[in-house]
Amino acid sequence: MEGAVRRPFLVSGRRPDPWPEPFGIMTNVRLSALRPARAVQLALALVAALCLSLLALASPALAQDEPDDAVLRALVQEFVAAEGNYRDTSAIVDRIAALGHPGGVPVLNTLGAGDLFFRNSDDLVFAGTERGNTLVMADPITGEALGEVAEREATAIRVNNAVRRSIRTALGSLTLLSDDRATRIAAAQTVFASRDANNLALLEQAIEAETDAGVLRVMEQARAAIVVNNADLAAEERIAAVDVLAARGDQAALNYLRLLLTTDDAGLAAAAERGVSRIETAQIFWGVGQNLWFGISLGSVLLLAAVGLAITFGVMGVINMAHGEMVMIGAYTVFVVQDVIRASGNAALLEWSLPIAIPLAFLVTAGIGMGIERGVIRWLYGRPLETLLATFGISLALQQAARSIFGSSNVLVGSPSWMSGSFSIGQLNFNYNRVYILLFAIMVFVALILVLRRTALGLQMRAVTQNRRMASAMGIHTPRVDMFTFGLGSGIAGLAGVALSQIDNVSANLGQAYIVDSFMVVVLGGVGNLWGTFVGAFGLGVTNKFLEPYIGQGDAVIAKIIVLVAIIVFIQWRPRGLFALKGRAIES
Amino acid sequence: MFQFRKPVLGLAAAAVLATAAPAFAQDEGPIKVGILHSLSGTMAISETTLSDVMLMLIEQQNAAGGVLGRQLEPVVVDPASDWPLFAEKLRELVEVDGVDVIFCCWTSVSRKSILPVAEELNTVVFYPVQYEGEESSRNIFYTGAAPNQQAIPAVDYLMEQGVERWVLAGTDYVYPRTTNRILEAYLLANGVAPEDIMINYTPFGHSDWQTIVSDIVAFGSQGKFTAVVSTINGDANVPFYRELANQGVDAADIPVIAFSVGEEELAGLDTSNLVGHLAAWNYFQSIDSPANEEFIAAWHAFTGDANEVTNDPMEAHYIGFHMWVAAVEKAGTTDADAVIDALIGISVPNLTGGFSAMMPNHHITKPVFIGEIQADGQFEVVWQTTGLVVGDEWSDYLPDSMNLIADWRAPLSCGNFNVATGVCGGAGAATP
Repeated sequence: MEGAVRRPFLVSGRRPDPWPEPFGIMTNVRLSALRPARAVQLALALVAALCLSLLALASPALAQDEPDDAVLRALVQEFVAAEGNYRDTSAIVDRIAALGHPGGVPVLNTLGAGDLFFRNSDDLVFAGTERGNTLVMADPITGEALGEVAEREATAIRVNNAVRRSIRTALGSLTLLSDDRATRIAAAQTVFASRDANNLALLEQAIEAETDAGVLRVMEQARAAIVVNNADLAAEERIAAVDVLAARGDQAALNYLRLLLTTDDAGLAAAAERGVSRIETAQIFWGVGQNLWFGISLGSVLLLAAVGLAITFGVMGVINMAHGEMVMIGAYTVFVVQDVIRASGNAALLEWSLPIAIPLAFLVTAGIGMGIERGVIRWLYGRPLETLLATFGISLALQQAARSIFGSSNVLVGSPSWMSGSFSIGQLNFNYNRVYILLFAIMVFVALILVLRRTALGLQMRAVTQNRRMASAMGIHTPRVDMFTFGLGSGIAGLAGVALSQIDNVSANLGQAYIVDSFMVVVLGGVGNLWGTFVGAFGLGVTNKFLEPYIGQGDAVIAKIIVLVAIIVFIQWRPRGLFALKGRAIES
Repeated sequence: MFQFRKPVLGLAAAAVLATAAPAFAQDEGPIKVGILHSLSGTMAISETTLSDVMLMLIEQQNAAGGVLGRQLEPVVVDPASDWPLFAEKLRELVEVDGVDVIFCCWTSVSRKSILPVAEELNTVVFYPVQYEGEESSRNIFYTGAAPNQQAIPAVDYLMEQGVERWVLAGTDYVYPRTTNRILEAYLLANGVAPEDIMINYTPFGHSDWQTIVSDIVAFGSQGKFTAVVSTINGDANVPFYRELANQGVDAADIPVIAFSVGEEELAGLDTSNLVGHLAAWNYFQSIDSPANEEFIAAWHAFTGDANEVTNDPMEAHYIGFHMWVAAVEKAGTTDADAVIDALIGISVPNLTGGFSAMMPNHHITKPVFIGEIQADGQFEVVWQTTGLVVGDEWSDYLPDSMNLIADWRAPLSCGNFNVATGVCGGAGAATP
């Protein structure tokens, strides 16, 4: 039974978002591709089922209009006269929604995507697909091919945000009975947001037919949003709806409940008040959780930027002002990789540009780092001031080199689709790119610890750090260890650049933005201690994000200043940072 | 680093040229046009195209016979996004190169830097970018939009769309701060409650927008239709729009209207997630007019790249250049005082199918367009003013400037005349 009801509304979908799909190809192609007899059969079944469902709905608006194709076609034709007037266009969209004809879905999808046109010569409305300078025409309702027309001879039916909102609302009611789960959820969310009482009957029908618990919950919430607003209904029913809204627990539900606080019905007002306080309490916790996540995310960026410096500055004691430029070179490596892929014409490979860039960025920056160590730094060991000046000079030279090669403006680094968008857990929102960066930062950190603890190079590095002369006496070739250590630190900075290319502008100045933060993290955590860097990065990130909302109007700069002052005070108190190394070699 | 002899020679040459400059002006040689735009540094991304468009316009004018029967000769210098260097380079252009007019600057801070020098040397300067107003100089002609030609109409449009809550987000410097001060006063005067306005400033190049965007989302989901008015400038826009897309901020729910994001800035962005966000300008490349079509075709031919975009400040230079040409021909000389007087009242075609006129306050008349971002990186005009809007240099919504007007015609000839006290240079004379 439920299948029979739903079938007439077998419409586009597949995608969670209600309108960006350019064309509801599924049904339309199916309709036109069928043999005539079969098509008539299907059409009959469609009409019969529609009548049935309409009887069941018994909504006055729907019952008056016979939802036949001619009415829909006439409405679609009205877009021509309304073109350029967004108010009229919106009104037509609303009337298509009220008509309830399933053929309205592909029309509205096409309109929302900006692909609905009419031919200037005879006002024929069609769905157009661009092919060079011509448009391939298709019937907006059935998808039947209609030939081609030159782009100049057709006019697009333009939409603005207001029309898009109408389309979204319209699709919400038209796709409530869709076969696709995600489409139904999106439709129910739209009905929840619009809380249009005209949708109630349709919604209740959808609830009856619904078997999926997740979809059902959203539909119930949408129903509750409409019911609480209806003063004609019994108080108990409205109070029950209030509880449904309170259980939803988000900002939109809170807004609806707040509107009920001033209602005349004491019982309802009390229930609403309970719901409001329940949501508000929950939201404080969600807010703290969200802030914590932002802090951790910022911390992961700081960790990535600083952990390479923890090696060169922390372990070797070289004040490396060119560290930021290693980050920048890593980011440019991603750009070059993507550029090469684009030039090779293999666009599918772009999705893999980051995994390809990771080893390349490490090798390139490690190579440059070793070059700097061999060419400049090794002559300056034990002279920190000269090292500082020399590396500062290198930093300027590298920036200018980047400007000469890649130009002074930002370069465009694309994000693979698996890194775009976000997902939610409860009321917490996680951006995919930030989640991946956190995972990447932790992986880099673990890998670095393993290198230091479990490899021969790591052992030699630690030996040289602790006592250079003794290590040398034991037969360790200290200059070579120095070179590899510096290369390792630079390579990790390059890895940071790969990650930062996804969240920041890739330009010659990229490294400058992170060099101060990196030093801050390393000094705060304790020079020479990787775990100190770890704790320092996340501590700084979280502190920063928790301060931000409480200062002025979310002023990010003041939060930074306060953190900086706090660090200066802290360093006065504990000059060696959070995790100070102890030992005779350090003291000397 | 430098050898000593060169600067000495340069100075000597400068001295010779400076004394010779007046003699040049009467000569039948070419008329020199100074182009003072950053070709390197942070502003190069925006200013380089302005320098190029000037070269194109001069080339076109020369092909059409020049001005007063004389050819034009462009003199291009690079102030390298270094604000004090703008003033030095302007002085060099006038005193060493002997230019008769200068097309200059993008940021307000660079304009503030050249202003005293331009007045001291009495030269003609055209400034092509939208700015915060609260200024009028005898020597500067403002062909970009004043706040009432961009910000105020944008807010009017959104109010008409039913927006009740406002986020004013900007980069932390003079243009966003002044514009937001004007907008806040305007919104309050239009009955918006103070708790429905959220103001936020971020530094140049800000990249971690997570908290701010989520604050905007929280602020915007309180049941009232909310819009973001963005005066965020430069680099920071890319991560800002990226974060908007990632957090799923739909233009149908919380539209963002920007005053500093044009075709040039969108060229570096994937706009498929940004469809419906807005920008307010006096020109869009997508505007359908014969003049615009011709201009775009000429620009593509000049740059040799059919993907090069055109934008609002380029149109402002187009208007400014043709105004200057018309004024020189009307005055019959390139002498600064004569040209300054002749410029007022000059009316030339703009690229959007109408005319723009230079007003006595040295600002021009412009139409205002609101465009929605499309998936192809262009804007679609969804609203426009019915007529032309006269640029208002002193905002009517700020208490310290509401009584001030500028009128550079004799006998008033004053940039900050206080209509309440009847004194030139009264309250608010100093620019904020």
